[in-house]
Amino acid sequence: MIPELGLFALLLALPVALCTGVLALWGAQRGQAAWMSLAKPGSVALALLVGFAYLCLTWAFIQNDFSVLYVAQQSSSSLPLVYRIAGVWGGHEGSLLLWLLMLAGWAALVRFFSRALPEALRARVLGVLCLVAAGFLLFILFTSNPFLRLLPGAAEGRELNPMLQDPGLVLHPPLLYMGYVGFSVAYAFAVAALLSGRLDAAWARWSRPWTLAAWAFLTLGIAVGSWWAYYELGWGGWWFWDPVENASFMPWLAGTALLHSLAVTEKRGSFKNWTVLLAVSTFSLSLLGTFLVRSGVLTSVHAFASDPARGIFILAFLVAVIGASLLLFVWRAPKVGLGGRFAPVSRESLLLVNNLLLAAATGTVLLGTLYPLIVDALGVGKISVGPPYFNAVFVPVMMPLLFLVGIGPFARWKSASLIEILRVNKWTLGIAALAALTLPLVYGEWRPLAALGVFLAAWIFLAATLHFVRQARATQGGGGLFASVLRQPLHFWGMHLAHVGLAVFVAGVSIVGAYEAEKSVKMAPGDTVDIYVYRFRFLGVQSVEGPNYLALRGEMELSEDGRAPRRLFPEKRFYHHSAMPMTEAAIDAGLWRDAYVALGEPLDRERPDGEWVVRVYVKPLVDWIWGGATLMALGGLLALLDRRYRRRRAATPEITP
Amino acid sequence: MKARHQRLLLIVAALGALALIAALVFSALKENVAFFYSPSDIKANKAPQNKLFRVGGQVEVGSLKRQEDGVTVRFVVTDNIACVPVQYQGVLPDLFSEGKGAVVQGRLNDDGIFIAQEVIAKHDENYMPPEVAQAMQTAHAENAGNPQSQCQLPDAWTPDP
Repeated sequence: MIPELGLFALLLALPVALCTGVLALWGAQRGQAAWMSLAKPGSVALALLVGFAYLCLTWAFIQNDFSVLYVAQQSSSSLPLVYRIAGVWGGHEGSLLLWLLMLAGWAALVRFFSRALPEALRARVLGVLCLVAAGFLLFILFTSNPFLRLLPGAAEGRELNPMLQDPGLVLHPPLLYMGYVGFSVAYAFAVAALLSGRLDAAWARWSRPWTLAAWAFLTLGIAVGSWWAYYELGWGGWWFWDPVENASFMPWLAGTALLHSLAVTEKRGSFKNWTVLLAVSTFSLSLLGTFLVRSGVLTSVHAFASDPARGIFILAFLVAVIGASLLLFVWRAPKVGLGGRFAPVSRESLLLVNNLLLAAATGTVLLGTLYPLIVDALGVGKISVGPPYFNAVFVPVMMPLLFLVGIGPFARWKSASLIEILRVNKWTLGIAALAALTLPLVYGEWRPLAALGVFLAAWIFLAATLHFVRQARATQGGGGLFASVLRQPLHFWGMHLAHVGLAVFVAGVSIVGAYEAEKSVKMAPGDTVDIYVYRFRFLGVQSVEGPNYLALRGEMELSEDGRAPRRLFPEKRFYHHSAMPMTEAAIDAGLWRDAYVALGEPLDRERPDGEWVVRVYVKPLVDWIWGGATLMALGGLLALLDRRYRRRRAATPEITP
Repeated sequence: MKARHQRLLLIVAALGALALIAALVFSALKENVAFFYSPSDIKANKAPQNKLFRVGGQVEVGSLKRQEDGVTVRFVVTDNIACVPVQYQGVLPDLFSEGKGAVVQGRLNDDGIFIAQEVIAKHDENYMPPEVAQAMQTAHAENAGNPQSQCQLPDAWTPDP
């Protein structure tokens, strides 16, 4: 009964979304206040209906209702409760429902936090969101109904893929989807601007916090996914340039460009067309990501075995959304206007370079991701594009961008002097260069790529700090420097925190890339293996019973001079419902390094207490990668809380002269 | 410098940078693309020597042998028509097992042994990589009248040295 109610709610949500979307947009175009006013209750009703449907599906999971096909495929009664709740988004149908829930949730948030918005703009934004939701509702109802019954019901479910039974599943998809789908708000604002032909500083100010929120969530979502892959897959890698990772990374790159472009549009009224185009591209890339992940065209962790109708539907939806908004762009963009002029060296031009580099980076990732699909479609052969391509292309494009991150905040709007900026920064540049020459020696050998990374990281960090202090000095109003530092606006804090996060990330990536060490060795109980100053002693393997698996648990002693030895317990798990084993790595995490141990296989399957092939890694600064990403996301959230985004119906904000 | 000249300079610089990036992309693509071949393709000498590529098929039952050092493994990948001997140094993915599909990436050495740098795992036990499924289907169709597998391993191949 409950699943039918859920399905009914979805069926009801479709006309609600369609009517709200069409009437609100039509009303805004015709200036019909009555139709426009439908947008508010319509979007709330949509969120309630979708939320109800989502709860119904969750209920079916909690109650182990295996007469629902999706539940029978994804869950089992021995599955711990937290994974039954998170298991809702463990497969295709449920993850789409989560997508839709996020979309409806964002629309409801826009409805409640849009008091300052003009009626017509709000109606358009909500209308566009409702139409996108309608598209996804059609998709779910026609190709991916999660409430489909299995008659007769199964006695027991097939259980969630063991690889997904991990805290990562609880965090990664919701955060990622919050980000992915959050860009739909930026998209809706862009389409609304095109429809009305009104795109000014106020528009940029309204759409900025939404973009920041989506970006911060996407950053966190990608970081959690990367961390999950790091400890779960047992290879110790944090990024594989897997097509599905790229699918989430492309909207991130485009979204980062959008954030910076929005700053120019808000402050100077420039880059308007470009900003709109970026907003459309970012959401289109989110949709493309959904298509790549969910259509099964790719071989990947996330590719569920799926039927081609789904792929075709998403592709058609993608073409409709991108095509319609690009047509609208071509038709209306000239109305939106250009904006203020600026000199070749100015904050505008630096942000323009930022945008061009990020767009180029997005393009290279897009090409590398789609190239195998294109080649396959042309019938030339089957190919794969691996990490070497992405590293060879992506890293050189990012280098100048990272250098400019330090410069950018020092540049004035309209016109700036590069010489002046470098003069102010002679000490920060000098210290960064010194750090690059010396710090890599800590790891024994000086390597150029590591040194370059250290230089860029130190430079970004020092330049951000210097800029912050100088700004605080300039605005000192009594109470000393410290009080003035605390008085700086949140968006300013946010920007520098995000940039410092980037510096931390860059330091982590370059040091772990240059100095990580790995050994795959055969070990009998009592054997030791040394990496750097660390000694790993293998103590043997025992079997341990888990809630829904049997584990072979290895014991490894990690010792180094001057510290008490620690025990690590890597596991090989055999889930009752699955024929395949699962490797659970054991990690001794630390600020300066991770020690990472994963069990391979026993040399003799009959004697698991004997010799094993074991993989051990030492990874310096690897946690800085996710720490840096978290700082970036926090920076975004801080900026979002800035007071100026909370003003009620302000007069058209001033443009910096 | 006039504003117009400045703008022109800016555009030229941007175009130059784009051209540079495009050159980078194409050279990187040319060098780092791995083509997919089936064991039958390799038997027919369609696969390149000393260039990175991928092979996919079924891991022949009973062929997986661990070498003396414990870390090097040898196994045979087959599409039921032809087969390729593979050597790999490292820990195999969890979902790798005999009788299941697998994709390996690496190079063919002079002895006809495929030296794998990477063994790509499936992430779900019910999932078959599409390349492998297609390769096995094609091989099956081409060999409809001749059900016997013609698996010939090179002389240099000794699973148990």
